[in-house]
Amino acid sequence: MKKSGAQLVCEALLREGVEVVFGIPGGAILPLYQTLPQYPHLRHILTRHEEGAAMAADGYARVTGKVGVCWATSGPGATDLITGIANAMMDSVPVVAITGQVSRKAIGTDAFQETDIIGICLPITKHSYQVWRAADLPRVVKEAFVIASTGRPGPVLIDIPKDVFTEQAEAEFPETVEIPGHRPVLEGHPAQLRRAVRLIQEARRPLILAGHGVLISRAWDELRAFAEKTGIPVITTLLGISAFPADHVLYVGMPGMHGAAYASLAIDEADLLIALGMRFDDRVTGNLEAFARGAKVIHVDIDPAEIGKNRKADVPIVGDVRHVLRQLLPIVPHSSYPQWLARIEQLKREHPLRVPDSKGLLPQEIIEHLSDITGGRAIITTGVGQHQMWAAQFYKFVEPNLFLTSGGLGAMGYEVPSAIGAQIGRPDKMVWSIAGDGGFQMTMCELATVVENRLPIKFAIINNRSLGMVRQWQQVFYQRSYVASCYECNPDFVKLAEAYGIRALRVTDRKQVRTAIEEACEHPGPVLVDFLVEQEENVYPFIPPGMSVKELIEDPRLRSPQAERML
Amino acid sequence: MSPSDGSSPTYHTIVALVRDQPGVLSRVSGVIRRRNFNIASLSVGHSEQEGLSRMTFVVYGDDEVAEQVTKQLRKLVDVVKVSDITRENIVARELALIKVRATPQTRSEIIQLVDIFRANIVDVAPESLIIEVTGDEDKIESLIRLLRSFGIREVMRSGRLAMMRGMPAEAEGGARERGESA
Repeated sequence: MKKSGAQLVCEALLREGVEVVFGIPGGAILPLYQTLPQYPHLRHILTRHEEGAAMAADGYARVTGKVGVCWATSGPGATDLITGIANAMMDSVPVVAITGQVSRKAIGTDAFQETDIIGICLPITKHSYQVWRAADLPRVVKEAFVIASTGRPGPVLIDIPKDVFTEQAEAEFPETVEIPGHRPVLEGHPAQLRRAVRLIQEARRPLILAGHGVLISRAWDELRAFAEKTGIPVITTLLGISAFPADHVLYVGMPGMHGAAYASLAIDEADLLIALGMRFDDRVTGNLEAFARGAKVIHVDIDPAEIGKNRKADVPIVGDVRHVLRQLLPIVPHSSYPQWLARIEQLKREHPLRVPDSKGLLPQEIIEHLSDITGGRAIITTGVGQHQMWAAQFYKFVEPNLFLTSGGLGAMGYEVPSAIGAQIGRPDKMVWSIAGDGGFQMTMCELATVVENRLPIKFAIINNRSLGMVRQWQQVFYQRSYVASCYECNPDFVKLAEAYGIRALRVTDRKQVRTAIEEACEHPGPVLVDFLVEQEENVYPFIPPGMSVKELIEDPRLRSPQAERML
Repeated sequence: MSPSDGSSPTYHTIVALVRDQPGVLSRVSGVIRRRNFNIASLSVGHSEQEGLSRMTFVVYGDDEVAEQVTKQLRKLVDVVKVSDITRENIVARELALIKVRATPQTRSEIIQLVDIFRANIVDVAPESLIIEVTGDEDKIESLIRLLRSFGIREVMRSGRLAMMRGMPAEAEGGARERGESA
């Protein structure tokens, strides 16, 4: 029986187990929309901006481990997806984005709402397709899902001309597809595994650096078992946060530009780094020449191009973190490093990460209370900037895979749509979106999506009436020349939320923080809390870009006597 | 992994087997542009297998650069195999078409040169000749240098093509190189 291209797309998606699609209609994709009523199991979430659709698909993918799907019409619809697609690329998130395109005959004529979205997205997609025959759609969708979700995950774009949606075709749905250029290696090479074990046996001060790969491969149980058997302390990168419980005796923290000083210092003293699904990003390493000079490196990554890209690996292991840890577990020795752990404890005492004294309301204490009240078990999404770093520093995640943040791209506006995707993917969890007042205004139109879909998301706006991190950089690097970083006009976020029918509270005093958070948690629907915090508060510690841990700037208010002596 | 850290920059010959898909050339060149790799030449043509083309790249850089090029190319779904064959036993050739000014007085001198270089004259016109020459880049460079005094009108070069000698079944090295990284 012949089917239309639009029907073939819907059927193919259902066969991939897709339950929800985020998108906005428009001319070129309308034929697809008009078939949706025939597929009631394909839930469509109407976002208010295509960026919201792409980032919601990203958030959904991160919490569920499934492929997130978004779609948009041609031209401006497609280009609006771009920031979300780039975000998924940088953070290795499996997303399939479908765009409508002008009809085949009009392609290349600069037709109304035509853009070369394939060309635009070449550097920010793992792969892409423009489909010229409806009969190809089932195979293309299958391939797109395989490519997006296996190996190092990433976004795949499928561009479909309008008349391909309406073309009638006889098509078979393949069970499997053969993609010769895509054969990810899952298992680590046995010889390299043996070399890794030897290095582990020789190490005195080993550290595990756990990155996003641990979460992507859902290897948190294996990581914990590995750390506990070997006794090796664990550092998580920004995107690796929640790969290891924050209340575990072996947990150190996050290192790098705004990481805990003790985590960066521990790396500096380590003699072995076991890098698991992390890529030695410049925000982690700072000056590569000075980074962990005394350490050998075992680097596990499913993407061979990451190994040796920034930091040379003494033992390179190409493979999926979960598979490799399962291979390593039986052959690594039982061990413990009491002296090394004591040294790390000492670093923690000398370089603490705690809320400094202040008269005004501080973001750090809000997040500490939030962490405490939710027990470290809420899903947290953030935007990018100061609030993101404070969330990373002060929320103590005790369950795995709870932290959604735009790490590689650093895309402001990620906090709201990713929370939507996360809440839809995990209706059982409480979702808190920690936002800055800057980034929130980039995607706050999605509050309508929240209300329309009855999503009980809680929004905490860390409102310092500025682009806080920009302001901080201007303070440090541009002699307090605050150009365009302080907002003279912010909306009244409480009234704004109320305009959408969302309950809202304002907190100006630290005495109100706990009750406001508790009230938000207890309310069954969405809540927005506008926290008016100190405008001039900075994120510490701070390793300036390109510098090393030697140039680390600590919060002057936190200097302990020991630290004072060291400085 | 990086057997020659600190190696001095040189020209690396990299061959890739790619799927004949629309846009494959822009994907490949996009990776090279985006990563800021310095490409000296790129040639593409059909391979012996239907649906697959073979590309030869010449990339200037040290061993780490060449390694990143091959790894980044290998990430592309349309790229089936990539290998750096610089240090292998290879045959490398380039084709050039050279249009040179030729008068009745200089024509015989040019023909002599062409013979010495085992090149061919493929077009004769009243005031010019087109010379076809194959060989390594050095040979082509020297012929061009010698012809310059006659007045070169146009040069068209194919870029390097390279192939490993003999029958090394794993020559294109997907498996071998993966083994190295693994």
